[in-house]
Amino acid sequence: MCLAVPGRILEAEEYDGSRIAKVQFGGITRPVLLNFVPEAQVGDYVVVHVGFAISRLDAAEAERTFQLLEEMGLLEGELAGSEGPP
Amino acid sequence: MKYIDEYRDEHLVQALAAQIARKITRSWSLMEICGGQTHTIMRYGLDELLPEGIRLVHGPGCPVCVTPLETVDQAIAIASLPGVTFVSYGDMLRVPGTSLDLLRVKADGGDVRMVYSPMEALKLARARPDRKVVFFGIGFETTAPANAMAVWQARRENLDHFSMLASHVLVPPAIRLLLGGPHNQVQGFIAPGHVCTIMGYRQYEAISRDFHVPIVVGGFEPVDLLEAVFMLVAQLEEGRAEVENQYVRSVSYEGNLPAQRLVESVFEVSDRKWRGMGVIPQSGLRLREEFAAYDAERVFPASHLTVAEPPECISADVLQGLKRPTECPVFGGRCTPENPMGALMVSAEGACAAYYRYRRHSAQSAKQKGAA
Ligand code: SF4
Repeated sequence: MCLAVPGRILEAEEYDGSRIAKVQFGGITRPVLLNFVPEAQVGDYVVVHVGFAISRLDAAEAERTFQLLEEMGLLEGELAGSEGPP
Repeated sequence: MKYIDEYRDEHLVQALAAQIARKITRSWSLMEICGGQTHTIMRYGLDELLPEGIRLVHGPGCPVCVTPLETVDQAIAIASLPGVTFVSYGDMLRVPGTSLDLLRVKADGGDVRMVYSPMEALKLARARPDRKVVFFGIGFETTAPANAMAVWQARRENLDHFSMLASHVLVPPAIRLLLGGPHNQVQGFIAPGHVCTIMGYRQYEAISRDFHVPIVVGGFEPVDLLEAVFMLVAQLEEGRAEVENQYVRSVSYEGNLPAQRLVESVFEVSDRKWRGMGVIPQSGLRLREEFAAYDAERVFPASHLTVAEPPECISADVLQGLKRPTECPVFGGRCTPENPMGALMVSAEGACAAYYRYRRHSAQSAKQKGAA
Protein backbone atom coordinates (compact mmCIF):
# COMPACT_ATOMS: atom_id res chain seq x y z
CA MET A 1 0.00 0.00 0.00
CA CYS A 2 2.79 2.42 0.89
CA LEU A 3 4.74 0.96 -1.95
CA ALA A 4 6.58 3.66 -3.86
CA VAL A 5 9.00 2.87 -6.65
CA PRO A 6 11.65 4.78 -8.57
CA GLY A 7 11.23 5.39 -12.28
CA ARG A 8 12.73 7.62 -14.98
CA ILE A 9 10.88 10.49 -16.63
CA LEU A 10 10.82 9.94 -20.39
CA GLU A 11 8.67 12.94 -21.30
CA ALA A 12 6.43 15.48 -19.58
CA GLU A 13 3.60 17.70 -20.76
CA GLU A 14 1.26 20.30 -19.34
CA TYR A 15 -2.39 19.35 -19.09
CA ASP A 16 -5.13 21.39 -17.39
CA GLY A 17 -2.78 23.02 -14.90
CA SER A 18 -0.92 19.80 -14.02
CA ARG A 19 2.26 18.32 -15.44
CA ILE A 20 1.89 14.73 -16.49
CA ALA A 21 4.96 12.61 -17.17
CA LYS A 22 5.53 9.35 -18.89
CA VAL A 23 7.66 7.40 -16.42
CA GLN A 24 9.56 4.22 -17.11
CA PHE A 25 9.73 1.48 -14.48
CA GLY A 26 11.87 -1.39 -15.71
CA GLY A 27 10.03 -2.61 -18.77
CA ILE A 28 6.77 -0.67 -18.42
CA THR A 29 5.75 2.98 -18.59
CA ARG A 30 2.94 4.72 -16.74
CA PRO A 31 1.51 8.23 -16.58
CA VAL A 32 2.57 10.05 -13.42
CA LEU A 33 1.48 13.43 -12.06
CA LEU A 34 4.28 15.84 -11.20
CA ASN A 35 2.29 18.31 -9.06
CA PHE A 36 4.41 17.64 -5.98
CA VAL A 37 7.80 17.77 -7.69
CA PRO A 38 7.59 20.87 -9.91
CA GLU A 39 11.39 20.87 -10.25
CA ALA A 40 11.55 17.42 -11.92
CA GLN A 41 12.78 17.34 -15.51
CA VAL A 42 12.93 14.78 -18.30
CA GLY A 43 15.71 12.31 -17.52
CA ASP A 44 15.30 12.63 -13.73
CA TYR A 45 14.42 9.68 -11.53
CA VAL A 46 11.38 10.15 -9.32
CA VAL A 47 9.81 8.03 -6.58
CA VAL A 48 6.20 7.30 -7.54
CA HIS A 49 3.32 6.45 -5.22
CA VAL A 50 -0.33 5.93 -6.32
CA GLY A 51 0.21 7.83 -9.55
CA PHE A 52 2.08 10.81 -8.09
CA ALA A 53 5.80 11.55 -7.99
CA ILE A 54 6.64 12.25 -4.33
CA SER A 55 10.35 13.03 -4.67
CA ARG A 56 13.04 13.60 -7.23
CA LEU A 57 15.93 11.25 -6.47
CA ASP A 58 19.10 13.12 -5.66
CA ALA A 59 21.75 11.58 -7.88
CA ALA A 60 24.67 13.29 -6.14
CA GLU A 61 23.56 12.11 -2.68
CA ALA A 62 22.95 8.59 -3.93
CA GLU A 63 26.39 8.53 -5.52
CA ARG A 64 28.07 9.76 -2.35
CA THR A 65 26.34 7.24 -0.05
CA PHE A 66 27.04 4.50 -2.48
CA GLN A 67 30.73 5.22 -2.66
CA LEU A 68 30.92 5.10 1.13
CA LEU A 69 29.11 1.80 1.14
CA GLU A 70 31.30 0.32 -1.53
CA GLU A 71 34.43 1.31 0.33
CA MET A 72 32.94 -0.43 3.33
CA GLY A 73 32.26 -3.50 1.18
CA LEU A 74 35.81 -3.53 -0.17
CA LEU A 75 37.23 -3.14 3.30
CA GLU A 76 35.04 -5.97 4.46
CA GLY A 77 36.33 -8.15 1.62
CA GLU A 78 39.91 -7.51 2.69
CA LEU A 79 39.13 -8.19 6.33
CA ALA A 80 37.29 -11.37 5.46
CA GLY A 81 40.29 -12.40 3.33
CA SER A 82 42.77 -11.76 6.12
CA GLU A 83 40.66 -13.65 8.66
CA GLY A 84 40.09 -16.65 6.43
CA PRO A 85 42.39 -19.64 6.10
CA PRO A 86 45.67 -18.93 4.26
CA MET B 1 17.19 -0.71 -13.11
CA LYS B 2 19.05 2.25 -11.59
CA TYR B 3 18.33 2.96 -7.90
CA ILE B 4 17.13 -0.61 -7.45
CA ASP B 5 19.71 -3.18 -8.53
CA GLU B 6 22.69 -1.63 -6.80
CA TYR B 7 20.71 -1.54 -3.55
CA ARG B 8 20.18 -5.30 -3.80
CA ASP B 9 23.85 -6.07 -4.33
CA GLU B 10 24.61 -9.27 -2.48
CA HIS B 11 28.23 -8.52 -1.75
CA LEU B 12 27.27 -5.22 -0.16
CA VAL B 13 24.47 -6.84 1.84
CA GLN B 14 26.88 -9.42 3.23
CA ALA B 15 29.49 -6.77 3.99
CA LEU B 16 26.97 -4.67 5.90
CA ALA B 17 25.77 -7.68 7.91
CA ALA B 18 29.37 -8.45 8.82
CA GLN B 19 29.99 -4.83 9.89
CA ILE B 20 26.95 -4.98 12.13
CA ALA B 21 28.15 -8.24 13.67
CA ARG B 22 31.51 -6.65 14.37
CA LYS B 23 29.92 -3.59 15.95
CA ILE B 24 27.59 -5.18 18.50
CA THR B 25 28.66 -6.03 22.02
CA ARG B 26 25.17 -6.90 23.33
CA SER B 27 21.68 -7.52 21.99
CA TRP B 28 19.33 -4.83 20.69
CA SER B 29 15.64 -4.76 19.69
CA LEU B 30 14.89 -2.56 16.71
CA MET B 31 11.54 -1.81 15.11
CA GLU B 32 10.79 -1.00 11.51
CA ILE B 33 7.46 0.80 11.30
CA CYS B 34 6.62 0.43 7.67
CA GLY B 35 5.05 -2.69 6.20
CA GLY B 36 6.99 -2.17 2.97
CA GLN B 37 10.18 -2.54 4.99
CA THR B 38 8.83 -5.61 6.80
CA HIS B 39 8.18 -7.11 3.38
CA THR B 40 11.77 -6.48 2.20
CA ILE B 41 13.20 -7.91 5.44
CA MET B 42 11.21 -11.13 5.02
CA ARG B 43 11.66 -11.43 1.28
CA TYR B 44 15.46 -11.14 1.39
CA GLY B 45 15.80 -12.97 4.72
CA LEU B 46 17.60 -9.99 6.26
CA ASP B 47 16.49 -11.07 9.73
CA GLU B 48 18.31 -14.36 9.25
CA LEU B 49 21.40 -12.62 7.92
CA LEU B 50 21.80 -10.38 10.92
CA PRO B 51 23.79 -11.48 13.97
CA GLU B 52 21.73 -13.14 16.68
CA GLY B 53 21.90 -10.15 18.97
CA ILE B 54 19.75 -8.05 16.63
CA ARG B 55 16.02 -8.59 17.05
CA LEU B 56 13.85 -6.95 14.41
CA VAL B 57 10.33 -6.18 15.58
CA HIS B 58 7.66 -5.31 13.04
CA GLY B 59 5.56 -2.25 13.71
CA PRO B 60 2.04 -1.13 12.80
CA GLY B 61 3.05 0.32 9.44
CA CYS B 62 0.47 -1.01 7.05
CA PRO B 63 -2.49 1.30 6.51
CA VAL B 64 -4.68 -1.55 5.30
CA CYS B 65 -3.95 -3.44 8.51
CA VAL B 66 -4.72 -0.62 10.92
CA THR B 67 -7.97 0.55 9.32
CA PRO B 68 -10.51 -0.19 12.07
CA LEU B 69 -13.21 -2.80 11.63
CA GLU B 70 -15.90 -0.12 12.03
CA THR B 71 -14.54 1.74 9.02
CA VAL B 72 -14.42 -1.44 6.95
CA ASP B 73 -18.05 -2.14 7.92
CA GLN B 74 -18.97 1.43 7.04
CA ALA B 75 -17.31 1.03 3.64
CA ILE B 76 -19.25 -2.18 3.06
CA ALA B 77 -22.52 -0.48 4.06
CA ILE B 78 -21.92 2.42 1.64
CA ALA B 79 -20.79 0.11 -1.17
CA SER B 80 -24.02 -1.88 -0.79
CA LEU B 81 -26.25 1.16 -1.34
CA PRO B 82 -28.05 1.40 -4.69
CA GLY B 83 -26.62 4.06 -7.00
CA VAL B 84 -23.16 3.95 -5.39
CA THR B 85 -19.95 3.17 -7.25
CA PHE B 86 -17.40 2.30 -4.56
CA VAL B 87 -13.75 2.74 -5.48
CA SER B 88 -10.81 1.45 -3.49
CA TYR B 89 -7.15 0.48 -3.57
CA GLY B 90 -6.98 -3.25 -4.28
CA ASP B 91 -5.72 -4.45 -0.89
CA MET B 92 -8.72 -3.03 0.91
CA LEU B 93 -11.23 -5.16 -1.01
CA ARG B 94 -10.30 -8.35 0.81
CA VAL B 95 -10.13 -7.01 4.35
CA PRO B 96 -12.76 -8.88 6.35
CA GLY B 97 -15.47 -6.75 7.96
CA THR B 98 -17.66 -8.13 10.71
CA SER B 99 -19.58 -10.41 8.38
CA LEU B 100 -18.35 -9.85 4.82
CA ASP B 101 -15.79 -8.02 2.69
CA LEU B 102 -15.99 -5.64 -0.28
CA LEU B 103 -15.31 -8.42 -2.77
CA ARG B 104 -18.43 -10.19 -1.50
CA VAL B 105 -20.43 -6.99 -2.06
CA LYS B 106 -19.11 -6.94 -5.62
CA ALA B 107 -19.95 -10.61 -6.17
CA ASP B 108 -23.49 -9.87 -4.96
CA GLY B 109 -23.90 -7.24 -7.67
CA GLY B 110 -22.50 -4.13 -5.98
CA ASP B 111 -20.50 -1.72 -8.15
CA VAL B 112 -17.10 -2.02 -6.46
CA ARG B 113 -13.99 -1.02 -8.40
CA MET B 114 -10.30 -1.32 -7.76
CA VAL B 115 -7.94 1.49 -8.73
CA TYR B 116 -4.24 2.16 -8.58
CA SER B 117 -4.52 5.94 -8.10
CA PRO B 118 -7.20 8.20 -6.56
CA MET B 119 -7.19 10.15 -9.81
CA GLU B 120 -8.78 7.12 -11.49
CA ALA B 121 -11.67 7.41 -9.04
CA LEU B 122 -12.03 11.01 -10.14
CA LYS B 123 -12.01 9.96 -13.77
CA LEU B 124 -14.84 7.54 -13.01
CA ALA B 125 -16.78 10.35 -11.36
CA ARG B 126 -16.36 12.55 -14.44
CA ALA B 127 -17.63 9.76 -16.67
CA ARG B 128 -20.59 8.78 -14.47
CA PRO B 129 -22.49 11.85 -13.20
CA ASP B 130 -25.47 9.55 -12.62
CA ARG B 131 -23.67 7.57 -9.89
CA LYS B 132 -22.50 8.51 -6.42
CA VAL B 133 -18.80 7.76 -6.65
CA VAL B 134 -17.19 7.08 -3.27
CA PHE B 135 -13.43 6.65 -2.89
CA PHE B 136 -12.00 4.78 0.09
CA GLY B 137 -9.14 7.12 1.03
CA ILE B 138 -6.85 5.21 3.32
CA GLY B 139 -3.15 5.61 3.96
CA PHE B 140 -0.33 7.12 5.93
CA GLU B 141 1.32 10.48 5.29
CA THR B 142 2.70 9.03 2.05
CA THR B 143 -0.74 8.69 0.47
CA ALA B 144 -2.41 11.73 2.00
CA PRO B 145 -1.21 14.21 -0.68
CA ALA B 146 -2.58 12.07 -3.53
CA ASN B 147 -5.92 11.56 -1.78
CA ALA B 148 -6.05 15.27 -0.92
CA MET B 149 -5.49 16.09 -4.58
CA ALA B 150 -8.50 14.01 -5.61
CA VAL B 151 -10.81 15.89 -3.22
CA TRP B 152 -9.30 19.26 -4.13
CA GLN B 153 -9.76 18.57 -7.80
CA ALA B 154 -13.34 17.30 -7.27
CA ARG B 155 -14.29 20.60 -5.63
CA ARG B 156 -12.57 22.60 -8.36
CA GLU B 157 -14.64 20.75 -10.96
CA ASN B 158 -17.83 20.77 -8.87
CA LEU B 159 -18.09 17.00 -8.96
CA ASP B 160 -20.69 16.96 -6.20
CA HIS B 161 -21.44 13.28 -6.64
CA PHE B 162 -17.85 12.40 -5.66
CA SER B 163 -16.93 11.83 -2.03
CA MET B 164 -14.18 10.23 0.02
CA LEU B 165 -14.39 7.90 3.01
CA ALA B 166 -11.20 9.09 4.69
CA SER B 167 -9.27 6.84 7.04
CA HIS B 168 -5.87 8.46 7.30
CA VAL B 169 -3.34 7.72 10.01
CA LEU B 170 -0.15 9.46 11.10
CA VAL B 171 3.02 7.67 12.18
CA PRO B 172 4.61 9.80 14.95
CA PRO B 173 1.71 9.50 17.46
CA ALA B 174 1.79 5.70 17.09
CA ILE B 175 5.54 5.61 17.76
CA ARG B 176 4.97 7.69 20.89
CA LEU B 177 2.27 5.30 22.06
CA LEU B 178 4.51 2.27 21.53
CA LEU B 179 7.50 3.84 23.28
CA GLY B 180 5.39 4.96 26.22
CA GLY B 181 3.74 1.54 26.62
CA PRO B 182 4.48 -0.52 29.72
CA HIS B 183 5.74 -3.48 27.68
CA ASN B 184 7.93 -1.58 25.30
CA GLN B 185 11.15 -3.37 24.40
CA VAL B 186 12.07 -1.38 21.33
CA GLN B 187 15.40 0.45 21.64
CA GLY B 188 15.74 1.94 18.17
CA PHE B 189 13.46 2.79 15.26
CA ILE B 190 13.77 2.68 11.52
CA ALA B 191 11.48 5.53 10.46
CA PRO B 192 9.47 5.00 7.26
CA GLY B 193 11.30 6.53 4.30
CA HIS B 194 8.29 7.35 2.18
CA VAL B 195 6.31 8.91 5.02
CA CYS B 196 9.40 11.07 5.64
CA THR B 197 9.75 11.83 1.93
CA ILE B 198 6.50 13.77 2.38
CA MET B 199 6.86 15.00 5.97
CA GLY B 200 10.62 15.35 6.42
CA TYR B 201 11.98 14.22 9.77
CA ARG B 202 11.63 17.23 12.03
CA GLN B 203 8.78 15.54 13.98
CA TYR B 204 11.02 12.61 14.89
CA GLU B 205 13.57 14.78 16.68
CA ALA B 206 11.21 15.45 19.59
CA ILE B 207 10.42 11.73 19.88
CA SER B 208 14.10 10.85 19.92
CA ARG B 209 14.73 13.45 22.62
CA ASP B 210 11.68 12.65 24.78
CA PHE B 211 12.31 8.89 24.88
CA HIS B 212 16.09 8.97 24.40
CA VAL B 213 15.79 6.61 21.45
CA PRO B 214 17.80 6.61 18.21
CA ILE B 215 15.77 6.92 15.01
CA VAL B 216 17.13 6.39 11.50
CA VAL B 217 15.06 7.24 8.43
CA GLY B 218 15.45 4.20 6.18
CA GLY B 219 14.76 3.22 2.60
CA PHE B 220 13.20 0.04 1.26
CA GLU B 221 15.89 -2.02 -0.45
CA PRO B 222 18.05 -4.58 1.38
CA VAL B 223 21.13 -2.34 1.40
CA ASP B 224 19.05 0.55 2.74
CA LEU B 225 17.65 -1.47 5.60
CA LEU B 226 20.98 -2.98 6.62
CA GLU B 227 22.64 0.41 6.49
CA ALA B 228 19.86 1.77 8.70
CA VAL B 229 20.36 -1.09 11.16
CA PHE B 230 24.10 -0.40 11.13
CA MET B 231 23.50 3.29 11.88
CA LEU B 232 21.13 2.42 14.74
CA VAL B 233 23.53 -0.09 16.23
CA ALA B 234 26.36 2.44 16.04
CA GLN B 235 24.25 4.98 17.94
CA LEU B 236 23.15 2.45 20.56
CA GLU B 237 26.66 1.12 21.14
CA GLU B 238 27.96 4.67 21.49
CA GLY B 239 25.11 5.73 23.78
CA ARG B 240 23.74 8.31 21.31
CA ALA B 241 20.06 8.95 20.59
CA GLU B 242 19.68 11.11 17.50
CA VAL B 243 17.69 11.27 14.30
CA GLU B 244 19.77 10.32 11.27
CA ASN B 245 18.80 9.94 7.64
CA GLN B 246 19.89 6.90 5.68
CA TYR B 247 17.48 7.50 2.77
CA VAL B 248 19.10 10.77 1.67
CA ARG B 249 18.40 10.21 -1.99
CA SER B 250 14.68 10.73 -1.38
CA VAL B 251 14.24 12.36 2.04
CA SER B 252 15.12 15.93 3.01
CA TYR B 253 14.83 17.49 6.45
CA GLU B 254 11.84 19.61 5.45
CA GLY B 255 10.14 16.97 3.31
CA ASN B 256 7.97 17.76 0.31
CA LEU B 257 6.54 21.21 0.93
CA PRO B 258 4.03 21.42 -1.95
CA ALA B 259 2.58 18.07 -0.82
CA GLN B 260 2.42 19.19 2.82
CA ARG B 261 0.64 22.41 1.84
CA LEU B 262 -2.06 20.57 -0.07
CA VAL B 263 -2.63 18.06 2.74
CA GLU B 264 -2.87 20.95 5.19
CA SER B 265 -5.52 22.74 3.14
CA VAL B 266 -7.74 19.67 2.65
CA PHE B 267 -7.30 17.73 5.92
CA GLU B 268 -7.08 18.51 9.62
CA VAL B 269 -5.54 16.41 12.39
CA SER B 270 -8.00 14.42 14.50
CA ASP B 271 -8.14 11.51 16.94
CA ARG B 272 -8.30 8.18 15.16
CA LYS B 273 -8.91 4.57 16.03
CA TRP B 274 -6.28 2.06 14.87
CA ARG B 275 -7.23 -1.55 14.38
CA GLY B 276 -5.70 -3.50 17.22
CA MET B 277 -4.43 -0.43 19.04
CA GLY B 278 -7.50 1.60 19.98
CA VAL B 279 -7.99 5.35 19.70
CA ILE B 280 -4.73 7.28 19.48
CA PRO B 281 -5.12 11.02 20.09
CA GLN B 282 -4.28 13.31 17.16
CA SER B 283 -3.17 10.36 15.05
CA GLY B 284 -5.37 10.77 11.99
CA LEU B 285 -6.53 13.16 9.32
CA ARG B 286 -10.12 14.06 8.50
CA LEU B 287 -11.53 16.32 5.82
CA ARG B 288 -11.88 19.97 6.78
CA GLU B 289 -15.31 21.54 7.20
CA GLU B 290 -15.10 23.32 3.81
CA PHE B 291 -14.89 19.92 2.16
CA ALA B 292 -17.88 18.49 4.07
CA ALA B 293 -19.80 17.98 0.81
CA TYR B 294 -17.04 15.59 -0.31
CA ASP B 295 -16.83 13.71 2.99
CA ALA B 296 -18.52 10.30 2.67
CA GLU B 297 -18.90 10.09 6.44
CA ARG B 298 -21.21 13.12 6.31
CA VAL B 299 -22.85 12.31 2.98
CA PHE B 300 -23.77 8.79 4.13
CA PRO B 301 -24.22 9.08 7.88
CA ALA B 302 -23.98 5.67 9.53
CA SER B 303 -24.65 4.78 13.11
CA HIS B 304 -21.28 4.32 14.75
CA LEU B 305 -21.17 0.90 16.27
CA THR B 306 -18.26 -0.61 18.06
CA VAL B 307 -17.51 -4.08 16.85
CA ALA B 308 -15.31 -6.78 18.25
CA GLU B 309 -12.34 -8.41 16.50
CA PRO B 310 -12.40 -12.20 16.07
CA PRO B 311 -11.23 -13.53 19.47
CA GLU B 312 -8.43 -15.72 18.07
CA CYS B 313 -6.70 -12.83 16.31
CA ILE B 314 -3.68 -11.56 18.25
CA SER B 315 -3.09 -8.71 15.81
CA ALA B 316 -3.07 -6.16 18.64
CA ASP B 317 0.07 -7.74 20.10
CA VAL B 318 1.64 -8.30 16.69
CA LEU B 319 1.08 -4.66 15.72
CA GLN B 320 2.81 -3.52 18.88
CA GLY B 321 5.76 -5.82 18.36
CA LEU B 322 4.93 -7.92 21.45
CA LYS B 323 4.28 -11.19 19.60
CA ARG B 324 5.28 -12.72 16.29
CA PRO B 325 2.60 -13.82 13.81
CA THR B 326 3.70 -17.44 14.20
CA GLU B 327 2.60 -17.29 17.84
CA CYS B 328 -1.03 -16.88 16.74
CA PRO B 329 -2.99 -20.14 17.23
CA VAL B 330 -4.73 -19.89 13.84
CA PHE B 331 -1.73 -18.63 11.79
CA GLY B 332 -1.41 -20.68 8.60
CA GLY B 333 -4.27 -22.90 9.73
CA ARG B 334 -7.63 -21.20 9.78
CA CYS B 335 -6.04 -17.85 8.89
CA THR B 336 -4.31 -17.69 5.49
CA PRO B 337 -4.06 -15.04 2.74
CA GLU B 338 -6.89 -16.84 0.89
CA ASN B 339 -9.07 -16.82 3.99
CA PRO B 340 -7.84 -14.01 6.20
CA MET B 341 -9.33 -13.69 9.68
CA GLY B 342 -7.43 -10.55 10.50
CA ALA B 343 -6.25 -7.59 8.44
CA LEU B 344 -2.58 -8.44 9.00
CA MET B 345 -3.05 -11.45 6.74
CA VAL B 346 -4.57 -9.45 3.88
CA SER B 347 -2.09 -6.91 2.63
CA ALA B 348 1.28 -8.12 1.35
CA GLU B 349 2.74 -5.63 3.81
CA GLY B 350 0.91 -7.07 6.81
CA ALA B 351 3.28 -8.90 9.14
CA CYS B 352 1.18 -12.10 9.13
CA ALA B 353 1.03 -12.23 5.33
CA ALA B 354 4.77 -11.60 5.06
CA TYR B 355 5.49 -14.42 7.52
CA TYR B 356 3.06 -16.70 5.73
CA ARG B 357 4.71 -16.06 2.41
CA TYR B 358 8.36 -16.26 3.44
CA ARG B 359 8.58 -18.00 6.83
CA ARG B 360 5.72 -20.52 6.92
CA HIS B 361 7.96 -23.48 6.25
CA SER B 362 10.65 -22.57 8.74
CA ALA B 363 7.91 -22.03 11.35
CA GLN B 364 6.47 -25.46 10.59
CA SER B 365 9.80 -27.25 10.78
CA ALA B 366 10.54 -25.46 14.07
CA LYS B 367 7.22 -26.71 15.41
CA GLN B 368 8.00 -30.24 14.27
CA LYS B 369 11.41 -30.08 15.87
CA GLY B 370 9.79 -28.87 19.07
CA ALA B 371 7.30 -31.74 18.98
CA ALA B 372 9.93 -34.37 18.30
S1 SF4 C 1 -2.53 -14.97 11.79
FE1 SF4 C 1 -4.57 -14.11 11.25
S2 SF4 C 1 -5.79 -14.31 13.13
FE2 SF4 C 1 -3.62 -14.58 13.73
S3 SF4 C 1 -2.90 -12.51 14.30
FE3 SF4 C 1 -2.43 -12.75 12.12
S4 SF4 C 1 -4.22 -11.89 11.08
FE4 SF4 C 1 -4.88 -12.27 13.21
